[in-house]
Amino acid sequence: MSSQGGFGQSKEFLDLVKSIGEARSKAEEDRIVLREVETLKRRIAEPEIPKRKLKEYILRLVYVEMLGHDASFGYIHAVKMTHDESLLLKRTGYLAVTLFLNEDHDLIILIVNTIQKDLKSDNYLVVCAALNAVCKLINEETIPAVLPQVVELLGHPKEAVRKKAVMALHRFYQRSSSSVTHLISNFRKKLCDNDPGVMGATLCPLFDLITIDVNSYKDLVVSFVNILKQVAERRLPKSYDYHQMPAPFIQIKLLKILSVLGNGDKQASEQMYTVLGDSMRKCDSTSNIGNAVLYECICCVSSLHPNPKLIESAADAISKFLKSDSHNLKYMGIDALGRLIKISPEIAEKHQLAVIDCLEDPDDTLKRKTFELLYKMTKSSNVEVIVDRMIDYMISINDNHYKTEIASRCVELGEQFAPSNQWFIQTMNKVFEHAGDLVNIKVAHNLMRLIAEGFGEDDDTADSQLRSSAVESYLRIIGEPKLPSAFLQVICWVLGEYGTADGRYSPSYITGKLCDVAEAHSSDDMVKAYAVTALMKIYSFEIAAGRKVEMLPECQSLIEEVSASHSTDLQQRAYELQAVIGLNAHAVGNIMPLDASCEDIEIDKSLSFLDNYVQQALEKGAQPYIPESERSGVLNISNFRSQDQHEASIHALRFEAYELPKPSLPSRTTPVTLASSTELVPVPEPSYPREVHQAASVPSLTDTGSSDLKLRLDGVQKKWGRSTYSSAPSTSNSDSHRTGNGATPDVVASVNSKAREVSYASRRSQVEISPEKQKLAASLFGGTTKPEKKQSSSGHKVSKTNSHATDKSHGAKGAISSETHAVSTTTLQPPPDLLDLGEPIITSNAPSVDPFKQLEGLLDLTQDTSVVNSGAAGATKAPDIMSLYAEMPTSGQSDSVANPLSSDIYDATLISGLSNATNRTSHGGNTIMQPTQLSKGPNPKGSLEKDALVRQLGVNPSSQNPNLFKDLLG
Amino acid sequence: MGIRFILMVNKQGQTRLAQYFEYLTLEERRALEGEIVRKCLARNDQQCSFVEHRNYKIVYRRYASLFFLVGVDNEENELAILEFIHLLVETMDRHFGNVCELDIMFHLEKAHFMLEEMVMNGCIVETSKSNILTPIQLLDKAS
Repeated sequence: MSSQGGFGQSKEFLDLVKSIGEARSKAEEDRIVLREVETLKRRIAEPEIPKRKLKEYILRLVYVEMLGHDASFGYIHAVKMTHDESLLLKRTGYLAVTLFLNEDHDLIILIVNTIQKDLKSDNYLVVCAALNAVCKLINEETIPAVLPQVVELLGHPKEAVRKKAVMALHRFYQRSSSSVTHLISNFRKKLCDNDPGVMGATLCPLFDLITIDVNSYKDLVVSFVNILKQVAERRLPKSYDYHQMPAPFIQIKLLKILSVLGNGDKQASEQMYTVLGDSMRKCDSTSNIGNAVLYECICCVSSLHPNPKLIESAADAISKFLKSDSHNLKYMGIDALGRLIKISPEIAEKHQLAVIDCLEDPDDTLKRKTFELLYKMTKSSNVEVIVDRMIDYMISINDNHYKTEIASRCVELGEQFAPSNQWFIQTMNKVFEHAGDLVNIKVAHNLMRLIAEGFGEDDDTADSQLRSSAVESYLRIIGEPKLPSAFLQVICWVLGEYGTADGRYSPSYITGKLCDVAEAHSSDDMVKAYAVTALMKIYSFEIAAGRKVEMLPECQSLIEEVSASHSTDLQQRAYELQAVIGLNAHAVGNIMPLDASCEDIEIDKSLSFLDNYVQQALEKGAQPYIPESERSGVLNISNFRSQDQHEASIHALRFEAYELPKPSLPSRTTPVTLASSTELVPVPEPSYPREVHQAASVPSLTDTGSSDLKLRLDGVQKKWGRSTYSSAPSTSNSDSHRTGNGATPDVVASVNSKAREVSYASRRSQVEISPEKQKLAASLFGGTTKPEKKQSSSGHKVSKTNSHATDKSHGAKGAISSETHAVSTTTLQPPPDLLDLGEPIITSNAPSVDPFKQLEGLLDLTQDTSVVNSGAAGATKAPDIMSLYAEMPTSGQSDSVANPLSSDIYDATLISGLSNATNRTSHGGNTIMQPTQLSKGPNPKGSLEKDALVRQLGVNPSSQNPNLFKDLLG
Repeated sequence: MGIRFILMVNKQGQTRLAQYFEYLTLEERRALEGEIVRKCLARNDQQCSFVEHRNYKIVYRRYASLFFLVGVDNEENELAILEFIHLLVETMDRHFGNVCELDIMFHLEKAHFMLEEMVMNGCIVETSKSNILTPIQLLDKAS
């Protein structure tokens, strides 16, 4: 092997590398390295080591650190080696130093000098080595030491130096932007450098700068567009080509910059359309790198001011990605889809099957990416399915980092789109049960507030129902082991506040449960505190209602135990409880008013109610209160005075200590009056809960599409996805209906709203039915039976409303006088908010008037549709109906195989009323389903062939370079 | 910032090259490498070449016994990074001729030098093979 022979490496070094390479286990490797450390410690300190030997030692140190052991004993030798005159040694020294040290290391100061000297070297390779080190080691304080030289090097005759100088300046900018603000114009200048390498490198700092301050760089749009054009036209040296793509990495960087510059700027965007379209066309979609550039183009398109043509080609590219067998491309496709739907929401629908496939994929990476997409396309109609899915996934994983992320996403989506409070509470229960300790405690506080405030309307019965169901669900859960602390706090609070409110549970039952909780979590003071306060509330409510309270023995022992607790907070709660119980009904009622957690507490800061008491005390000769601000100066005097007046004054020092608290003595009553404020339950922060409150009220308003939009915008951080997504369809739909159909607005509107009501349910079914792989679908159904059961009532409702809707649509059909209306409804259907059930309902009427279909002579099919639809409406099994629509896209395609004529219609109207029919029949008999499915789905044979093709084309890394690594170890 | 670290690890999980573009202590590196390698080695060929780990995204590619792993942040084009790895391998291949794990082990500093030319401050700055290799060839000649 050539590598083992020459290059002047010593046998020792070769042996070391070999033994490391041959180590069978980490333990063996560790042994070798530790032995090496001992050897090096001895050797490296020897005097007069030959230079070549020293370089080897330094590399051995690099090995030691790389394999996870401390080599700090040799750092100084690496630093010394940077002084060496030999270029190789110098560069190796710099390399070792950059690998060993971070920018705050003490030894840096020793290197700065060398760097300064080397930056002035005549040998450009020395300068480059020094600039490499500058990029890694120079910290904020040492920037001034090298800055002038680095700036000077921007004009160096060697392009390699200019490039590295640009990057050094970039690094300074990253470290401390203020130190180089006056030099930023250099980046603009270097963009015009005649060396493509320097220009390419300059794109990095410019990207950072533009991201921070777009507006100052709008003038560069033309330049970037020109550069991209030239790159795409292969004007750069051949050596920048990679797999037949001209400088793809530079193209990608340029596209990134353009997408920032064009974001939300119509004028800038328009300048980019042409070049972007060209770049997309030129991408070789058979190579990875071509697809990488294509993906970047899609990202750019979705960031620019929308351009229909570009969006269309982006959508095409995405569908190619999603249909690919390569998981990598699918991943990129899902990501790109997530970007594009914010400007073109309707394309998500086209790909729902592919998306579901990715969601079902065993590959975790793909799954997570798909969840990210779902998160972006969540709206009130599909929130239940998506969040259910997310929670199921959250439960199944162990990775705490991702668990936290997905839990907070669930909470966020729940807060924004919850269709009902009940659902919200159930969902939150699940989230808390499985990730309670990972989510922000604010979420727990929010949940309490939501339960306390209810719908935020005047509907008291709904509120109390909500509370009852919360109480009931908590009593069910409470016994489970290992509940997170935050969740237990919520449970205790709710039980205390509402446990006995509806009279279904006796106080002794609730208090017993609370004692159990406190006992089971005796090490958790927070939970105990909540439990004790909850106990106090229950007893108070009883006393206030005039009933006699009998404390359970376990409560008594709990209170006794807690009153001796090491936690003063717990102690105080216990004493308060005991004190409250001893009072009369009226007093207790004042202290602990029923369901008053949301009432504002008025705090009389001046404590005027104590005036009488103070007056009396003063009359008896007490000291007047001295405000804290005046105290220090007056203190001594008052002390003297009191010494005169009081007998206790003999102990001067002591006096002072007792004197101050005196004014606050009356405040012993305040904790009682303010009892509800002293409990741990947070006095909710003003802004955060209010958002929830709004979000909670959203469901009640959802029927009017546009109004809920406004609400949802509040407190939404990443709102682009959702707001556009839900806004476009809902408004356009209702508007179009109203305008297109002046005669019967009510009818259509009601269809519309009905459809909206049920659309979330059909969404669910879409997710649940994976028509491509029946088996997978079956397992999917199995997987989600639970949520379905839970939803059985709503499912029932769905079918009912559906039949209503169908009736109405029939009515509408009669009322419709003009064909144009039918057409307009059909074309307007695709917007996803209404999708699903809404569509087919109208499809059933559309065919009867749709001129296309009459032309095609497909009337029998049309009839089929209506039969199917009414049949579906009659059936009470909701999933069946929904499956119908879920399969539309497949059927659309399978249909195109079976019936080329109808596919035209499908394309023209985007609605598959007809294909629905075929699909329906095939759905009834699985045997028919199979062949149509094969024609579309990834049949095993086809996919194998494709796979082989893909491998040939080099998408798969392992087989790409058969020549690489031919001669490997062993 | 883009690229956060570049690792080469063999299929036994032993590190062959490590370059970080942000500072991590020795212990942090050790832990991170262990976790990532365990995750990536457990994956099969059909699965994505991308893995999420903590706040990193790892793009990896396997060549014979050697895995190339690149940790990037969220805004990076994964497919491009995947090809960047291949570009790195092609560059090393051009220099060493039929590059193998041992080449990298015996010439660790050269592998690092190539990376230094290609990536600075976590950004890809040079993708022309000749530009990457020129300084290294000059170094060879000089010594």
